[in-house]
Amino acid sequence: MPLREDIKKVLVIGSGPIVIGQAAEFDYAGTQACRALKQEGLEVVLINSNPATIMTDKAMADKIYIEPLTLDVVKRIIKLEKPDSVLSTLGGQTGLTLSMQLAEEGFLEEQGVKLLGAVPETIHKAEDRQAFKDTMEKIGEPCIPSKVVEDLEDAVSFANDVIGYPVIVRPAFTLGGTGGGIAENEAQLRDIAKNGLRLSPIHQILVEKCISGWKEIEFEVIRDRKGNVITVCSMENFDPVGVHTGDSIVVAPAVTLSDKEYQMLRTASLNIISELKVEGGCNCQFALHPESMEYAVIEVNPRVSRSSALASKATGYPIAKVATKIAIGYTLDEIINQVTGKTYACFEPALDYLVVKFPKWPFDKFFYAKRTLGTQMKATGEVMSIGTSFEQALMKAVRGIELKLDTPNLPKLKDKTDEEIVELLHQVDDERLFVVYEAIKRGVSFETIHNITMIDEWFLGKLQNLSQMEALLQKGPLTQELYKQAKDFGFLDSTIQRLSGEKIEHPLFASYKMVDTCAAEFKAETPYFYSTYDEENEAKEFIEEQNSGKKKVIVFGSGPIRIGQGIEFDYCSVHCVWALKEEGYEAVICNNNPETVSTDFDTGDRLYFDPLTKEDVRSIIETEQPYGVVVQFGGQTAISLTKYLDELGVRILGTQADSVDAAEDRERFDEILEECRIPRPAGHTVFTTEEALKAANDLGYPVLLRPSYVLGGQNMVIAHSDADVTEYMTVITSSELENPVLIDKYMMGIEVEVDAICDGTDYLIPGIMEHIERAGIHSGDSISVYPAYNLSPRIRNTIIDYTGRLAKALKVVGLMNIQYVVYNDEVYVIEVNPRSSRTVPYISKVTGVPMVDLATKIMLGSTLKELGYQGGLYPEHDYVAVKVPVFSFAKLHDVDTQLGPEMKSTGEVLGIAKTFEQALLKGLVAAGYKMKKSGGVFISVRNSDKQEIIQVADKFSSMGFTLYATAGTANLLNKNMIACNVVRKISEDPDNNVLTLLESGKVDYVISTSAKGRQPARDSVKIRRKAVERSIVCLTAIDTANAMADCLAMDITIDDIDLVDISTL
Amino acid sequence: MNQMQGKKATLLLADGQEFSGRSMGKEGSVIGEIVFATGMTGYQETLTDPSYYGQIVTQTFPTVGNYGTNDQDFESKRCYLSGYIVREWCEIPSNFRMQYTLDDFLKQHNVIGLFGIDTRRLTRTIREHGVMNGMIVVGEIKDKQKALEQIRAYRIQDAVKSVSEPETAFFASENKRFHVALLDFGAKYNIRRELVKRGCDVTVLPYSATAEDVKALSPDGIMLSNGPGDPAENTGIIQNLGEIMKLNIPTFGICLGHQLLALAMGGKTEKLKYGHRGANQPVIDLELDRTFVTSQNHGYAVIGDSIDPAVGAVSHKNANDGTCEGVRYKAIPAFTVQFHPEACGGPTDTAYLFDEFLDMMEKEGK
Repeated sequence: MPLREDIKKVLVIGSGPIVIGQAAEFDYAGTQACRALKQEGLEVVLINSNPATIMTDKAMADKIYIEPLTLDVVKRIIKLEKPDSVLSTLGGQTGLTLSMQLAEEGFLEEQGVKLLGAVPETIHKAEDRQAFKDTMEKIGEPCIPSKVVEDLEDAVSFANDVIGYPVIVRPAFTLGGTGGGIAENEAQLRDIAKNGLRLSPIHQILVEKCISGWKEIEFEVIRDRKGNVITVCSMENFDPVGVHTGDSIVVAPAVTLSDKEYQMLRTASLNIISELKVEGGCNCQFALHPESMEYAVIEVNPRVSRSSALASKATGYPIAKVATKIAIGYTLDEIINQVTGKTYACFEPALDYLVVKFPKWPFDKFFYAKRTLGTQMKATGEVMSIGTSFEQALMKAVRGIELKLDTPNLPKLKDKTDEEIVELLHQVDDERLFVVYEAIKRGVSFETIHNITMIDEWFLGKLQNLSQMEALLQKGPLTQELYKQAKDFGFLDSTIQRLSGEKIEHPLFASYKMVDTCAAEFKAETPYFYSTYDEENEAKEFIEEQNSGKKKVIVFGSGPIRIGQGIEFDYCSVHCVWALKEEGYEAVICNNNPETVSTDFDTGDRLYFDPLTKEDVRSIIETEQPYGVVVQFGGQTAISLTKYLDELGVRILGTQADSVDAAEDRERFDEILEECRIPRPAGHTVFTTEEALKAANDLGYPVLLRPSYVLGGQNMVIAHSDADVTEYMTVITSSELENPVLIDKYMMGIEVEVDAICDGTDYLIPGIMEHIERAGIHSGDSISVYPAYNLSPRIRNTIIDYTGRLAKALKVVGLMNIQYVVYNDEVYVIEVNPRSSRTVPYISKVTGVPMVDLATKIMLGSTLKELGYQGGLYPEHDYVAVKVPVFSFAKLHDVDTQLGPEMKSTGEVLGIAKTFEQALLKGLVAAGYKMKKSGGVFISVRNSDKQEIIQVADKFSSMGFTLYATAGTANLLNKNMIACNVVRKISEDPDNNVLTLLESGKVDYVISTSAKGRQPARDSVKIRRKAVERSIVCLTAIDTANAMADCLAMDITIDDIDLVDISTL
Repeated sequence: MNQMQGKKATLLLADGQEFSGRSMGKEGSVIGEIVFATGMTGYQETLTDPSYYGQIVTQTFPTVGNYGTNDQDFESKRCYLSGYIVREWCEIPSNFRMQYTLDDFLKQHNVIGLFGIDTRRLTRTIREHGVMNGMIVVGEIKDKQKALEQIRAYRIQDAVKSVSEPETAFFASENKRFHVALLDFGAKYNIRRELVKRGCDVTVLPYSATAEDVKALSPDGIMLSNGPGDPAENTGIIQNLGEIMKLNIPTFGICLGHQLLALAMGGKTEKLKYGHRGANQPVIDLELDRTFVTSQNHGYAVIGDSIDPAVGAVSHKNANDGTCEGVRYKAIPAFTVQFHPEACGGPTDTAYLFDEFLDMMEKEGK
């Protein structure tokens, strides 16, 4: 039976802001869902608080609400829009939980709305620990011995008396296993269980027998209404059970299972999905004993997930799309397999390649973060790679993850002794693969490595192949055969030359194979390719066959999602592709991120799923012979290819390589500013600590320190004293200093951000954004307001004027982003990026200016005038949009939450309303702030903030909050007639101090701005971390605290603010 | 790292294409019909499946032998295929049941192997041109013209006879409910195991068994096994089956057994362009209106329209190409399927057909 007749209008619930554990994969899934629904002629209503997504784009749905994902708001939208159905399974855990709440409360029934995808009973059976166990027991699927508890003592006695240690604690209903962990003894259990109970929204945890070291295997399964069931893909974790699958290196398909084991687990998956009666996609995770056929079901997710995105990209099977069609009534045997065009979705993909997924962790940014991996996910993103061998795929992943590696050799392990390396094998952290590789190179036996890490020897054998290849290359001579084999193993020419010391006489270009879901059994039509070093080039055949006669343009994507380079660049890349197609070009995408829309094979005319390194990119260019390439939408990853591509003689569309260089090179940029007569904060370039100290004192504190090459403010700090400078320089000079350190006068003024579209002559500013926090906090972490609310006409005009001067001077064609600081009524330039930026999606959506679309057309030769736009500032809207950052601090231990010039947020939400205050309130609620209007506030601020805190404290106090502070601050407040309780410092009393106060539950807000930060041992950091642990709102800038206070003081709630359908803007 | 070891070897196809790789398993030359199998696991089951008699099998999955081989996962007593081609064989396999590497296994069983070629290119060639003969040669091919003549002249002959066990054998079950006569046309062990597991004593009869032979056993049911080659060549068996069916004993046929019964009942078979070989073939059960993922290995198929509606009807269809995947007979108590409900390797989703067979025996017995 085709489409259900009772479905006409569907509400799709998105997953909200990007946080660790719930990222871009849901934009991919949601976008596929929306497109599938629209294809069927259904009316689509969308709610998602995340403005950086493609799914919140006008093209995706009929009504789009970028509103807080709270139960009340969703209810209001349902009442307003009256959809007949809600799709529950495409918006991650957030969407699933909301759907379940709506159903359980009887609201959906009351409103006559159907729940599609997974019914409450299914969700309950899969999500509720006890119900899940009972269900598995019923169908004879083994679970790990465990108990659901709601009380700490129950947890302890179950572990002590029944299952023994180690045990795993898993809180119910938390993202990415937040708050979970492995406890080796009672003390650890008490610690973890207490935290887990608190973090679980239903105050429930699972205490479970620890089966660390078993193989971790996943299956992606799909079922339809008729009961047809298939598995799309199996996956095996390189890291055995114990490491969250999101933090594991994963290979697809499973490689160490014999057919007997494979079928056993496959059948188990089918039994589970059939019992749960899921109609759509489902993810089943198993632990398999490495020495027997014993297995256990770890977890089942009755929805699309990160793994399903990976499985979709790994096989070419569009799980989200198929799941959506099933949700609206189709069955698997009715849905055409889009890849072959002639077979049906009711089959199982056969792979003739191997896929490796490699996580991207934020530890390069968070120097002090605890790097240990466990049951709580820490990766912000991932890359996927495809190869005809595991070796090739792994090498692609290692160089694609952007750690500046081209082999699994981690330089810092070189100097360790063999004993130290073996010792390091015990550490389960982000560097384990590299340690294992080093151990293999040192000749540590497989047995030793396996016994310590429990990593399967199959993987060790493959790593040994790579190390042997390295040795052969080093030994030489570099014969043609050795060279070819090295290429088959995924070595880059540059690596081969470095290792062998020989010049490659006849370098090979990669050829391309197709991802076709069927291992070549059927002729496929998918334009989805990966590189190998075989003779046949299927991409070339495809291009010749298509013979479209169109000009080809390659768009380079942004690689793995990391802090500072997120989903917004995928938004830009995808829009660029759409614009190219519209203009009659053939758009080709190159990217290696499996979570994104850009790597959906039907986004562009062709997709190359390969790393974005010079050599990889060059082979694609060789095959495609493009008219031009686009680098300005793929973040730093793509922009850093500019110079190389320029040297190759490839036509770069838009802003030229020289301009990119001019914006990044300190001296050249200074010259341009001088020519344009635009001031910037004074600064110096230094290499050593001594130079830095001298420069800092010359400029006068505070100063801003950063390396000359930056991404997302990486390694950037504000120093208030010589000690800060020394600490920073020690850290940064610990690795080799290739580029100098920049040291600038830090001006604590209003920060203003501008995106502009330039055609070489004219420029258009869609909107000026003003930050609530003054300069010093990374723009990505600031609350940003459009339109600017505080600028005098003169300042505004200066900004418009400066933007124009810079656009001209830098010869920008396409997009540029400029950050200004307004200090003492003067405008200074802080930074210019001649590329797309984080704010492009949100400004495009709220102003209605299709920025990427215009930029792309301009890059192809149009002018703003031709496109119908006047220069200068675009007329402002009646609506105010406030972008609020969202953090993942709960998942990253020991990371200081204090905001500064180094970006820390993983995602963002948007609040849109008629007034600034309303929009801010919406934004804060969307970001997850509970907006509690009573309780306690603990204040601890640095000296320079003391004067300003008085006013903020007063606001909280007059709302009836109880204030707490340590002696100094408390005295100051009391002197200013603000009642404040004195709290002892941590060192003053171990039993009664700031931390115990925070634990007591009396405090609802912490305002902590202490300048001393970063190091986990410091009091201020401990306080802020405690706040994170206790889910207490922690505000680390006076401006944020002030805004929060104003918002709380308003006598309206979110219910009083109109919902805005942005498609009407 | 074995990629640069082993003697150079070549695959020559009937169309003149050459693939150079290296020798694995037994060294030597062999000619066979080249087919590709898409299963990602189950290579030992493939290697020991008698249905591959006379064929050179190439695996589309690029790294084979990952979990080694063992003494348990045999589907017949030895390897009947002519040659084996993989892109890469795994030197350090890993699995708790692993006993031998793929290379050792091929050597033990005298299988000539080739590795280090682009198996996707080979698969695409077969897909585009249809099943093709080819020859694996260690070293260089000296006289290509002569080799091509030999390759083109090759035919698979006497396939069933070559793989069927000549002696009758009996297998007892633990809780006997029925007695089944299994006609061995090249049977995979798991057909027997599935029956024994369900309480069937099984007597395995050679391919040449007559109606008298069967009648003498007075079985509750007859199982027609899978097997190799062109079904229509087996005129003797087809004739015997016609007689055997007159006994009116419940019958279940798999793969070649399905084809032979169709021929015996007046139907026709045809050769497919490149067959179905893999663990992911979708089959629609027309009665249940359900699609199942099945394990398959066949190059010929029953022509659905050739079944006289008075005699039987197509019960299963391949969801991809619509070919006949099963027949339910009206005139006799029999049903047959083209795919492999016994799996090994591949999905076990259609194992319920064995239960149906038991139900049929139960019903007919009363």
